[in-house]
Parts: sequence; C-alpha cells; structure tokens
Amino acid sequence: MAESDPLSKTIFEQAVSGNRRSLAKLLTAVENGEVSHESLGISPRIADGSVIGLTGAPGVGKSCLIEGLLSKWTSDGLKIAVIAVDPSSPLTGGALLGDRVRMESADNNPDVFVRSFATRNQPGGMPNAVVLAADVMRQCGYDIVLIETVGAGQSEIRVVSVADRIVLVEAPQRGDEVQAEKAGVMELADLIVVNKSDLEGSKRAADNIISALGLTSNPPPVLLASARNSAGIENLANQMKTLQAKPGAELARARERLLTAWDNALLTREDINEVLENLASSENSAQDWVDKNLRW
Amino acid sequence: MRIVIAKPGLDGHDRGAKVVARALRDAGHEVIYTGLRRTPEQIVRTVLDEDVDMLGLSSLSGAHAFLFPRVCELLVEAGCTDVTVFGGGIIPLDERQPLFDSGMRAIFGPGTKMHEMAEFVEAVISRASSNQPVGVGEGGDWVWNGGE
Repeated sequence: MAESDPLSKTIFEQAVSGNRRSLAKLLTAVENGEVSHESLGISPRIADGSVIGLTGAPGVGKSCLIEGLLSKWTSDGLKIAVIAVDPSSPLTGGALLGDRVRMESADNNPDVFVRSFATRNQPGGMPNAVVLAADVMRQCGYDIVLIETVGAGQSEIRVVSVADRIVLVEAPQRGDEVQAEKAGVMELADLIVVNKSDLEGSKRAADNIISALGLTSNPPPVLLASARNSAGIENLANQMKTLQAKPGAELARARERLLTAWDNALLTREDINEVLENLASSENSAQDWVDKNLRW
Repeated sequence: MRIVIAKPGLDGHDRGAKVVARALRDAGHEVIYTGLRRTPEQIVRTVLDEDVDMLGLSSLSGAHAFLFPRVCELLVEAGCTDVTVFGGGIIPLDERQPLFDSGMRAIFGPGTKMHEMAEFVEAVISRASSNQPVGVGEGGDWVWNGGE
C-alpha cells in the first residue's frame, strides 16, 4: 500500500482533471484502505481552514444546514465536496446512509460532490479514511470540504483529528441551561450555530450557550440560523469561510489524531478477529490483554 | 456491497423502499437512500458519485415502464455498465420482460420475503466474482428467478 501504484495514480490524475467517475472510484479505494498519501504521491495537507467538520446531536439539522451552505457557496462560484458519515451496525456491519435525502444539490449541482461514508465501526464514529478522502477532494479542485459527522452527543470529538475547523450545530429545546455548561465538544468548537431559529426558544438556547462560554477564554462566535427559512445562512456561510482555529485546542487535536492512528493500528492487526473472539468467549479481561501485548 | 435504493418519478409511497433498505442493511450492506421523487438523471448522479455496486428502483405509481428503462439507459451512457439494477413495486408480470431487456436483473413484487432479496444480492456477488454478467450493460440473459 505504501508503494506507488500506477493504476491508482492514473485514476487520481483523471480525478484531478475533473472526471467525477474517477474521483468516485478513487474514493472507494481510499475507503477500502487500498491507497495512501504515498501511493498517490500527495503530501498530507496543511490545515488551512478548508476542511470543516459539522457536528451535533441527531436531528439538529446538520444535513439541512449543509444544503443551505452548498447553495450559498456554489452561487459564490466555489466548488464544494461533502463527506457525510453515518453509523455502521455493530452487529451486521450494514449501514443506512441517508444524508443525501436532505441535500438536493447533491444530485443537481455540478459544483457539488457528496460522498457517503459508513463508520465501519471505527472508534469515535470517524472512519480513518476520511483524512485522505478530504485531501483527495481538495486536490481535485474542491475549495471547501465539509465533513458531516454521525449524530454526536457531548463527548464525540474525534472529528477534530480530521477537520481544520469545527462547527457545532445546536437546536432549541434540547434541555436546560446546565447542558450548555457541561464539558465536551462545545469547548472545541470554532463556531456554534443554533439552527431552527424559527422555533420558539432558539434565542434563549443561544443566550445560554453564550453565557456558558462567556467564562472561558476566546469564546467562539454563536450564530442563529434556520435551514428551513434560509435565515442566517449567508452570515454562517461567510463566517465559516474565514473561520479561525480556536486557540488552546492544539493539544486536544493532537491527542485525537494520536488516538485515531492508534485505534487504526490496533484494529487493523492481522490477528484482531482472533483477539476479539478470545475476549468474547473467555474470562480474560481486555485490560489483561493490553497489559500483556501492548505495553512497551 | 454498496447499494442505492431510489424512488424515481412522482410517487410518494416509500414504505416499501424503506423496508428494503432496512432489510439490506440488516444483511450487512451499506445502503444509500435517495429520498422521494428523483429524476432518472439525479439517480444516475447518485450511483456515479457514490460508486455503488447495485441500484434498486422502487415504483408504485405505474410509471415503471418508462422510468426504469430510462435509468438503465442513462447508466450505460454514463459508463456504469457494471452496476446491477433491480426493481420492486407494483409491476404486473406481463410488463417485466421489457424491463429485463433494458438490463435489469430482478423484479420483486408484493409478498417478496426479505431474505429473498438478500439471497439475490448474494447471487450477484457470487456471479460477479466468477466474471459472469450481472451489470446493466453487461448483456447475457441472467435474471433472478427466486433462487431456483
């Protein structure tokens, strides 16, 4: 996989020159771990704010907001790629990938490329392949790559290991003001948008977040928007284009990158199925196995 | 397998499509659902960008005789000849042959058992792995006949 592969390099060149089918085929190879940065001859990207993660709880409106952003940005002349991640079944490995349903531009707009990824049970709900997939999309002329995470709760922060900037999507009526005080993904967000501003309580939800984050240094901007009414989308789109990384999150980002690499190394071990079957069928604890096999 | 389940045309009945999507998910496949009222062009775009192996079309509006072959034609034009296309819905027996002639490999009517659809997918996988034609533009006269 590390060696240069002429076939995938040819497909890569076709994708760079604008061939959608080649890009689609290449992304399949990326997802299946058949190609790497080295084999494609590209260097890992320097974080420049062009790869943006959108995270938030299920149902807050991530996909609908993305549709609004796609319309706005493409009418400004930008080309946008989207990586939409949905969960795989831990039991069967199957997945239902439904994010395109809410993204009309995905099937109409020539300046948009949407690709659905299943988590394939990778920890943190973020497939390792997304890093290379985003880099490939950037190389193919997409100005911004949006990564829509699985519906995430309070502590799923793995997206910081793949995205340059994090936008947290919130919605009104999701609990009392203490929810906004809790530690977690809110602290790493570079921007927070309260969607569904057409609903009652949205202003209050935004105020709660602002006051909770008011005590921290460098609080992120908190915006109101409504994907349904297209309200606030233009402001959101403009701010996202020039978003600055929140200072002080560098260590947290490095930690998540390390964990991603570590998880990947563990889960792609040749004997991983043996190890899992052994743990499932015996009294051996996972901790014992780690102590015996992974300490150095 | 990566499979798109699509609803072409002006047809608001997607219970069947959702049940099929769910059944294929439970059989271990990655299923992309397009949502309602897609044009053949939009469906082909999804198949292309998502680089899927199979496409399932659902129609209960009676427009299958036009829409299904149109999707097949556009897939071949787009170079997706290796994609396996199957269909489901209210499709009378005597209207199925023209759909097979356009490159579709299976039609599932009301009363189809969930496991039959999973068996069809398995049959496609095993045929493809031995280089037998399964795609919409690969010719041959193989169509699913209930696993017999």
